[in-house]
Amino acid sequence: MKFDTPATANPIDRGRVIGIPHDRIDGAAKVTGTAPYAYERHDVAPDPAYGWIVGSAIAKGRIGAIDLRAAQAAPGVLGIVTHQNAGPLDKGDLNTAHLLGGPRIEHYEQAVALVIADTLENARDAAQLLRIDYVPEQGRFDLAAERANAVAPPTIIGGRTDTRTGDFDTAFAKAPVKVDQSYTTPDQSHAMMEPHATTAAWNGDKLTLWTSNQMIAWSVGEIAKTLKIPKENVRLVSPYIGGGFGAKLFVRADALLAALGSRMVGRAVKVAIARPQIPNNTTHRPATIQRVRIGADRHGVIDAIAHDVWSGDLPGGSAESAAQQTRLLYRGAHRLTTHRLATLDLPEGNAMRAPGEAVGLLALEVAMDELAEACGVDPVELRIRNDVQYDPEAGPQRPFSSRKLVECLRQGAARFGWSHRNPRPGQVRDGRWLVGMGVASAFRNNLVGKSGARIGVDGQGHVTVETDMTDIGTGSYTILGQTAAEMLGVPLEAVTVRLGDSRFPVSAGSGGQWGANSSTAGVYAAAMALRAKLAEKAGFPADKAVFEDGLVRLGNQSQPLGALAGREGLWAEDSMEFGDLAKRYAQATFGAHFCEVGVDIDTAEVRIRRMGGAFAAGRILNPKSARSQVIGAMTMGVGAALMEELAVDTRFGFFVNHDMAEYLVPVHADIPDQDVLFIEELDDKSSPMKAKGVGELGICGAGAAVANAIYNATGVRLRDYPLTIDRILAASTGKRVA
Amino acid sequence: MTVEPMSRRNLLQGSAAAAAALPALGEARAAPADHRHARKEEGSMTPVGLTVNGREVHLHLDPRTTLLDALREHLRLTGTKKGCDHGQCGACTVIVEGRRINSCLTLAVMHEGDRITTVEGLGTPEKLHPMQRAFITHDGYQCGYCTPGQICSAVAVLDEIAAGIPSHVTDDLDKVAFSDREVRERMSGNICRCAAYSNIVAAIREVAEGEKA
Amino acid sequence: MRPFTYSRAGSVEEAAKTAAGTPGARFIAGGTNLLDLMKLQIETPTHLIDVNHLGLDRIERTAEGGLRIGAMVRNTDLAADATVRRDYAVLSRALLAGASGQLRNKATTGGNLLQRTRCPYFYDTRMPCNKRKPGSGCGALKGMSRSLAILGTSEACIAQHPSDMAVALRLLDAGVDTVRADGSRRTIPIADFHRLPGATPHVENALGPCEFITSVTLPQPLGGTHVYRKVRDRASYAFALVSVAAVFARDGKARFAFGGIATKPWRSDAADAAAPSGAAAVAEAALNGARPTAHNGFKQQLTARTLASLYRQKEA
Repeated sequence: MKFDTPATANPIDRGRVIGIPHDRIDGAAKVTGTAPYAYERHDVAPDPAYGWIVGSAIAKGRIGAIDLRAAQAAPGVLGIVTHQNAGPLDKGDLNTAHLLGGPRIEHYEQAVALVIADTLENARDAAQLLRIDYVPEQGRFDLAAERANAVAPPTIIGGRTDTRTGDFDTAFAKAPVKVDQSYTTPDQSHAMMEPHATTAAWNGDKLTLWTSNQMIAWSVGEIAKTLKIPKENVRLVSPYIGGGFGAKLFVRADALLAALGSRMVGRAVKVAIARPQIPNNTTHRPATIQRVRIGADRHGVIDAIAHDVWSGDLPGGSAESAAQQTRLLYRGAHRLTTHRLATLDLPEGNAMRAPGEAVGLLALEVAMDELAEACGVDPVELRIRNDVQYDPEAGPQRPFSSRKLVECLRQGAARFGWSHRNPRPGQVRDGRWLVGMGVASAFRNNLVGKSGARIGVDGQGHVTVETDMTDIGTGSYTILGQTAAEMLGVPLEAVTVRLGDSRFPVSAGSGGQWGANSSTAGVYAAAMALRAKLAEKAGFPADKAVFEDGLVRLGNQSQPLGALAGREGLWAEDSMEFGDLAKRYAQATFGAHFCEVGVDIDTAEVRIRRMGGAFAAGRILNPKSARSQVIGAMTMGVGAALMEELAVDTRFGFFVNHDMAEYLVPVHADIPDQDVLFIEELDDKSSPMKAKGVGELGICGAGAAVANAIYNATGVRLRDYPLTIDRILAASTGKRVA
Repeated sequence: MTVEPMSRRNLLQGSAAAAAALPALGEARAAPADHRHARKEEGSMTPVGLTVNGREVHLHLDPRTTLLDALREHLRLTGTKKGCDHGQCGACTVIVEGRRINSCLTLAVMHEGDRITTVEGLGTPEKLHPMQRAFITHDGYQCGYCTPGQICSAVAVLDEIAAGIPSHVTDDLDKVAFSDREVRERMSGNICRCAAYSNIVAAIREVAEGEKA
Repeated sequence: MRPFTYSRAGSVEEAAKTAAGTPGARFIAGGTNLLDLMKLQIETPTHLIDVNHLGLDRIERTAEGGLRIGAMVRNTDLAADATVRRDYAVLSRALLAGASGQLRNKATTGGNLLQRTRCPYFYDTRMPCNKRKPGSGCGALKGMSRSLAILGTSEACIAQHPSDMAVALRLLDAGVDTVRADGSRRTIPIADFHRLPGATPHVENALGPCEFITSVTLPQPLGGTHVYRKVRDRASYAFALVSVAAVFARDGKARFAFGGIATKPWRSDAADAAAPSGAAAVAEAALNGARPTAHNGFKQQLTARTLASLYRQKEA
């Protein structure tokens, strides 16, 4: 099915199952510990050997020699995979560095061996017995130092490297009010709770990987390419994924090494990347340096806006597209964005929840706060004044498909009690706390991708959905079930959803907040095909048949689905393909974050006191899980604002704080109740679901709202994230923090 | 590896623990012997008897085996999760002798005779523990990986408050009472990167209010 | 984790004797730090002596009017003990500020005194670290040292002592009661228990080979107002950037102990003497001799501000 004209009325609009808050249909499995994750497949691979990854001790150079003798002689060792015996390997198109290093070493902790033993204890112990001689080379590890060497990458993800509209320099020079500031964001780690893990088994030349992966079809191709085997011989199974946030978009070392290890020892092998290895072995969100310039009139109306971004990555890697939102979020006739990429020999930078916007808004939305202050305009009002209902680069001929930023700001502000904010910083005191409020706009592009599914009804009228779509905590199981139930007129309880298996039709997968809208649209397409088959069996014209209460109805005639499906059952498969509506219309999701912080008057400890927001993201398919996505992302935004930073040792070229005791993410005590309002919106140009993505919107701008609240509380303007105690104190000399 | 379920005893006070919660143990009994079993003759294995979810089990373990790996790999009770294996995340939280601990930072052989409750011992999909039910109702999870640890911790937290054990945020050390703030502090050893935090607090609050009623 | 054998000691004497007769043996109590380090092969004992079942889990009054805390008393139980809450509240507060509920349920009084540093270079076995591998150099001194010590450091080591509990014990002038392999017993004043790194940062305490902590003894209660203030990068479950334990007497006198900023739980007579003059004077005295790195100089200011906060809290 092709979606190339705006959606009209369709069965989803009935809203009997879709749009209603539902408990997750996979909930009971999760709360009882019976949902099997990748390392737990005793059911299908009952007697696995255990693999332990050995990571490189240097960041750049090569392996001179490997001595395996001691490790091979250790108790229980079954085999050791290294580059010397792994056979010829290619590199996946989506990997920047090789997943198995050697002889060349591309980054610290790059996997250089897998030790396979009969037990976890033996494998982990023997891994320490490898003797590897390294020949180190000088690497580049300091983004600030390499900034001058950064070049324009040929492309950036989701956009153009540089954009120019009008004459920024002239307009900015003439602007009565100017903001020109630089901001930095650090490297960050996804830190999902389930480590990367894979159980691998070969049956002849057929490989099965029970793994933890967001993108099944991509990864089948990547594994096949890396191992140089036909795609048809690779099966990926990933029904439950303990968080991903982009870390599991790609095949990582666990999957490749489990496959190689299993081939070597002739039995199933399971491998998890140990937690202290994850930050340096896998991908991370790269650090950025950003410069934002805004020229406005005295009322804050923007005429000129520019956003320049520098980031680094390994050779062949990609830039952090942090200026993306600045192309679309606010008005202004004269516009400029640039992205520059430096070569760094740190571990591979890549996508983490809302790549681009998540850090871009940490800069832009603080710059807007600075502009508000410079103009003496309320920060909510400033954003409303600069709203634009069309793509400001393309002009009115490219309107937004739907854009309710102003509604988000207004309703969000009212709910939060924004009117009680004192615009003068450092004025509000509650005991030992200085109290302040901040706001930031939320913006995330809406992406869609081709997505397929098959759907069947059995003789009892029970519906089954199968697609290789994944549920990484996003609630895919439930919304896909809801979609099928709505389309076929059955209750949610009458639907079984099976996900994450490459034997199922290829979906859009989970990433870039495209998953929910795209994959439900895929189920919509398959369900339309099944409706046609059922209607035909019933002898009804497909476009007139009504599906409800487990029946297909035409006028006063009706037949139960089960009876039509018969003992054999009836199946249909289709996919949703998206036409050029995303070109003709700018498509994005919007919101407004509000935050109230307390800053200790002595110690500069920051506590989030209240947090809330309003969001517009098309039809909200399951308000319960969508809200959870938003509050979770808001919390990740709090982490980015206050604590998350992979600290780079620029001598050795690695992230020093590479475990969860040292890389801090928010805990329960950091997060108060969070308020989420979804603004009613249907986006008929996004998909037949009239939905948009919402999984990443919540992080976009959240951290900036925190930063702006800290400013309002203290008068301390910080532009280097995270906004830790030491930075607040350093900047507070002479300021309100006592 | 040897697993010998000896008897069925429900040793959990006031919880929904049931013998039916133990399908994984049955599987473990039928599991084939593996390389670890062969090494028993080398004398490096240490016998240990545990009572897991009300059932006695006897294992011969490499002393290096953590309680977490004994549960996950030997008893195939994979509800208890390994998030960091270093006591930094709380995903491995189980209740031992009535107290929650990180099962990754203790050796199985140190628990001879101990009563251990895992998430599987709290309830099953067919017969949920009230805390499990509340987590579903309040969407107190997303990816589900930290969830068993959160739930075990939450059950124990309510007992700790009832027992008058103070916390970092208890204003008067002699007056311990349930509050959202207390829950947030006490649950801070269970990291949820999906950050269902405020939903988890709501779930725990509901159970606490139910217990009071 | 290197292979090891395991035995469960039935008595203190047996534990000490087993240790003496078994090269490479270590005692294991809560295990929350030792097993963490063993997994990384930072600790590589060949035999573990389980000392959890020696009856050392009691808290009792001493003849001198103080309190004897068994070495195996769990952090949770110590913090919740009625006498500790009433008479040594700073100890309760320090314990509750540390780690998580799960870890406090396991971690012991004796074990916590032996807790090793959180320096990230200590934790990565590929990095130089004089504490982990004497003579290999200090990766932290010119590396990422934001969390590390500014007091009591040496050219060889700037690793911070991570404990909260030990800071309160230092404040309270606790004694560490031990038994040696020959059965002899002694009490080590807490001030002498932890060593400064000097040129031998791998030697962290005054315990002799196979010497075993049986209890910790607190002197008579100090009275006064007990406060423990811990400042960290998130609200809970994180190590201190700065922590201050204090007991304020009615007459304006006070005593202080510091965590997060020093290589051992830190006290300064001069700081205590400066108490009547206020937070700034105390900070100046306490920080005398501080040697910050490029990244942790803020701990000086933060120590002063934490003290200011304590004074404010006391007056409130």
